[in-house]
Amino acid sequence: MADTPPQLVVIGNGMAGCRAVEEILARDPKRYQVTIFGAEPRVNYNRIMLSPVLAGEKTYEEIIINDQQWYDDNDIELVSGDPVANIDRSAKTVTSRSGRTINYDKLLIATGSDPFIIPVPGHDLPGVVTFRDLDDVDAMLAAAGLGGNAVVIGGGLLGLEAAHGLALRGMQVTVLHLMPTLMERQLDEAAGWLLKSALEARGQTILTGADTAEIVGDGKVQAVRLKDGTEIPADIVVMAVGIRPSTGLAKEAGLAIGRGIQVDDHMVTSDENILAVGECVEHDGNVYGLVAPLWDMCRSLADGLVAEPNGYRGSVTSTKLKVSGIDVFSAGDFSGGEGCEDIVLRDATRGVYKRVIVKEDKIVGAVLYGDTADGNWYFDLLKKGEDISEIRDALIFGQAFASGGGASLNPIEAVAALSDDAEICGCNGVSKGQVMACIGNGADTLDAVRSTCKASASCGSCTGLVENLLQLAMGDDYSGERTVQPMCKCTTFTHEDVRAAILEKELKEIPQLMQELSWSTPDGCASCRPALNYYLLCAWPEEHKEDPQSRFVNERMHANIQKDGTYSVVPRMFGGITTPNELRAIADAADKYEARTVKVTGGQRIDLFGIKKEDLPAIWADLNAAGMVSGHAYGKALRTVKTCVGSEWCRFGTQDSTGLGVKLEHMTWGSWMPHKFKIAVSGCPRNCAEATIKDFGVICVDSGYELLVGGNGGIHLRGTELLCKVETEEQAMEYCAAFIQLYREEARYLDRTAPWIERVGLDYVKSKVVEDDVGRKALQRRFLHSQRILQKDPWAERAAGSESHLHQHIAEIRPFAVVGAA
Amino acid sequence: MVTADWLDIGPVDQLPALGARTLPVQGGEEIAIFRTANGDVYALVNKCPHKQGPLSQGIVHDNVVTCPLHNWRISLSSGEALGDDEGCVPTIPVKVDGGRILIGRKEALASAA
Repeated sequence: MADTPPQLVVIGNGMAGCRAVEEILARDPKRYQVTIFGAEPRVNYNRIMLSPVLAGEKTYEEIIINDQQWYDDNDIELVSGDPVANIDRSAKTVTSRSGRTINYDKLLIATGSDPFIIPVPGHDLPGVVTFRDLDDVDAMLAAAGLGGNAVVIGGGLLGLEAAHGLALRGMQVTVLHLMPTLMERQLDEAAGWLLKSALEARGQTILTGADTAEIVGDGKVQAVRLKDGTEIPADIVVMAVGIRPSTGLAKEAGLAIGRGIQVDDHMVTSDENILAVGECVEHDGNVYGLVAPLWDMCRSLADGLVAEPNGYRGSVTSTKLKVSGIDVFSAGDFSGGEGCEDIVLRDATRGVYKRVIVKEDKIVGAVLYGDTADGNWYFDLLKKGEDISEIRDALIFGQAFASGGGASLNPIEAVAALSDDAEICGCNGVSKGQVMACIGNGADTLDAVRSTCKASASCGSCTGLVENLLQLAMGDDYSGERTVQPMCKCTTFTHEDVRAAILEKELKEIPQLMQELSWSTPDGCASCRPALNYYLLCAWPEEHKEDPQSRFVNERMHANIQKDGTYSVVPRMFGGITTPNELRAIADAADKYEARTVKVTGGQRIDLFGIKKEDLPAIWADLNAAGMVSGHAYGKALRTVKTCVGSEWCRFGTQDSTGLGVKLEHMTWGSWMPHKFKIAVSGCPRNCAEATIKDFGVICVDSGYELLVGGNGGIHLRGTELLCKVETEEQAMEYCAAFIQLYREEARYLDRTAPWIERVGLDYVKSKVVEDDVGRKALQRRFLHSQRILQKDPWAERAAGSESHLHQHIAEIRPFAVVGAA
Repeated sequence: MVTADWLDIGPVDQLPALGARTLPVQGGEEIAIFRTANGDVYALVNKCPHKQGPLSQGIVHDNVVTCPLHNWRISLSSGEALGDDEGCVPTIPVKVDGGRILIGRKEALASAA
């Protein structure tokens, strides 16, 4: 018996179990007598190649790692299709489902992980499958053979691969993903957005933020219903929301379990004769679902068992994948953090996004989309913790560029070394020689270069190169400063550049815009995001994608935040006209919600102060019930139309200024603007409504209406200037709409009308609004079109329950009692 | 899942990306829970070190929140004011486990003691 080697029993015939055995055999083929139990009735195959099998790119035979010959050659007994059901640690035996019991000296648990099934009603209907083994693939192929609709729940890697395979097999595929962006664990928001657009372009329907409520079907899957009520027809549902370590057996055997089976550096569990490896283990607090750490674990395990101890120290993981033919890569920590800096390169033409995260001169993370050639290089620098300060300027361009010899490390020398016909601007096909000639002819700023030879005037990604050329040509004479300031530090483009690009490239949502215009930060800043949201809204009132998280707090909450964190609420009173009923409702609301101050504002409204954010939807509902809507006193929007009583009551009044004011306010309320916008209508030149310090003022005279623009009563007092005089109310309305639309379309975000008019000149405004009849009517038409779509009472929407999370606490903590509230 | 060290305050999908929710602590400081574009979750006392503005109502970008009152930028990971401003707001340990947000019990209750 002394010659009989000890028994090694392996539970799990998957990639980890067999790899561990291979590693042991490589070190000492005679050390153990090996028995492997597998749940599936087949030999060891490469599970990560299931996607190509589903997609029809590979066959099962092609993904086998070890065929029966390998088991035979190494004298390994394979018990397949008969999983281990029980471990008896005191007797040191395992028993299979069929009742077979064998002894072990060492036991290796490699049970991998189980797919997570969301326990929604209908999850056990026929036609609901997971994506974990070959049987799942067979089930999907059978369903695909009949055609129809497939719904994949889960927009992680596995779900997207299932979706891709089913789409290639001819099914109509919808992917439901709970999170706002796809593959959020591997990709940042920008890359996730690119992936979504690319998959949609291939005909898949991708629904993010989609929360599954129920799988519907009578004896078989028929549809998936979301919590918002949407129902998506489905002939097959693939559940790919995630995996969890398969620890059931180990738990029953009484081994220490955390998130996985807990192991030491040599993969030994809390029982010294039982080891565990792969996705089922927890090492140093981490569980891994990728293949590379698994190989590391198997090496450490074999070292510990047969050779010199060389313990497992955990793995830094990277993910390099092809998702439906699109290359993506991520590694390390890309969540940013204290002291982290982002280096971002976006190339819209090639569909490339690269982001390297640097901390203290070392790479800590990377996300690449579309071009992953340098992924391994970044990963290598990351793992080795190399100091990259020397190559920092060129880092993002990749290894070939950054390591291209010592001279090129200095960016100025690098551009000096380029030949004259080297292309600088890919968008406009401008060579270095052309840029240098243009600088030689007097273009001494970036803007001058852009306007003369067009280099860097399109996507802007070559801006750095052009600036380097300016410096090369001009030396110290190049100030480096642009005459026109970019929007913010996230971009080299000006407000005007961005607005032009939104129209030209038909940009309709923020992540798309940031990609197309090569934004240098992953998700912008508090300065550019609100501006971009407005520009998109203004350019595409129907199609733009509103981003509430890019609104300043007041516009997000539809109330004015005060210094103590409470809000003030101002209901709209059209033209400053109210009724006893409205006043009663306001008084009741002030009592009910304990307004600490009730103030009459300069814009002829009533302001209720000290309202708590939780009470906002309720007070709005009460005010709505009395017929009042939001006063937008909080917005970069039309605020108020102030009026005097006019010819109806006043002995000096020349026209119905109140009536015109009410009409103007009905036309313009709810319109978002670059900044706040105030209107007033005075019934005579005595000007009781103070129309001469408003953005748009009307002074009624006997013969008609004087239209005034560009006034401001703020820090810099500025009187209005006369735009023109018109004869009828209809004309006054038309000119007002046209003027507002010109301001909306051309002023920079946060410019009031006064500085805008000072910049462009009153003559310019007149040429557009007064002298160009066709243009004026077009401006008016665009304004009214926008109003038809966007003139909505936000209070009514909120009072009806929309965005209720903004007004509720997520939970509340009371000492000794915890109350969770969703 | 309430343990000695962690309090479960709700499902993570109740927290909008690039947004925040509030968590009042009876007798103590209100806490703001933030979520970044990447899905990372952070918790700070809901008071800007400058003039006590409610940070939960600011714009979240990268892992920074800009205070809604005077545009101070506060790091979500350290609570420190960034740029030229100086000040710091306490951070509270928070993690996501099984789709639930867990917050450090001791630190959350620290101000209510």
